[in-house]
Amino acid sequence: MEITINFKEEKEILHVLVKGEIDAYTAPKLRDKLDAIEIEEKANIAIDLSEVTYIDSTGLGVFVAFYKRATRETAHVRLVGLSERIKRLFEITGLSDLMDIDTDKKVELS
Amino acid sequence: MTKNFDYIEMKFPAKPQYVSVIRLSVSSLASRLGFSYDEIEDLKIAVSEAVTNVVHHAYDEDGEVVVGCALYEGKIELMISDYGSSFEYERVKSTVGPYHNESSIENLREGGLGLYLMDALMDEVLLANNESGVTVFMTKHVTREQVDEGAERITTQ
Repeated sequence: MEITINFKEEKEILHVLVKGEIDAYTAPKLRDKLDAIEIEEKANIAIDLSEVTYIDSTGLGVFVAFYKRATRETAHVRLVGLSERIKRLFEITGLSDLMDIDTDKKVELS
Repeated sequence: MTKNFDYIEMKFPAKPQYVSVIRLSVSSLASRLGFSYDEIEDLKIAVSEAVTNVVHHAYDEDGEVVVGCALYEGKIELMISDYGSSFEYERVKSTVGPYHNESSIENLREGGLGLYLMDALMDEVLLANNESGVTVFMTKHVTREQVDEGAERITTQ
């Protein structure tokens, strides 16, 4: 049960690729990586969750915190590549109304 | 009298690294009951939320989380407790009352989104809060075809 977080800057967009399971054990590592990002004004950040196989409220909380910080810096954060299951979690919790989420980053395999 | 369920109890150190082990253990037990993929995924999240609450809030120092699973035909009942020791399943079950939205968040000590998700993903969530700790009691039914339910009802005549 590990998590990996990779960064790639491309066309003025910072891509954050998260891979693995996000729960109480792995969330602190994700939080540290996101906290370490220096957010510039009006930056564009895309967090790719297409390789996240599990997330619960611990993980949602990490993204909420990062989203709030980015918004303060007038940066724009999008969560992309959400599976139907993960998208549903954002909808159930009401976060999909508050955050910019998208399912279309990668082609769904099924 | 024969019990109409199998009861399995597991005890883990209340540490974050065991949360995934616990949800996978529960999901493999639940998969024997005929739950769909989505229902199993819902169970995994609900279990993790309850266990995470214990891990984050129950103990100042080392402690344990007790996970009880009652496997019925067509449903699973789960108990997640921050008692330091095992408990009498039937006795604790008889002490839980209805889940009231306002009071339970306090009972869970920062339930927040986690408690909300448990409630949304399970069919029933109850809390027992007493001097020895907090127990979350959750039920999920296997979704059945309408025909099956009708057939069962007829046989009770």
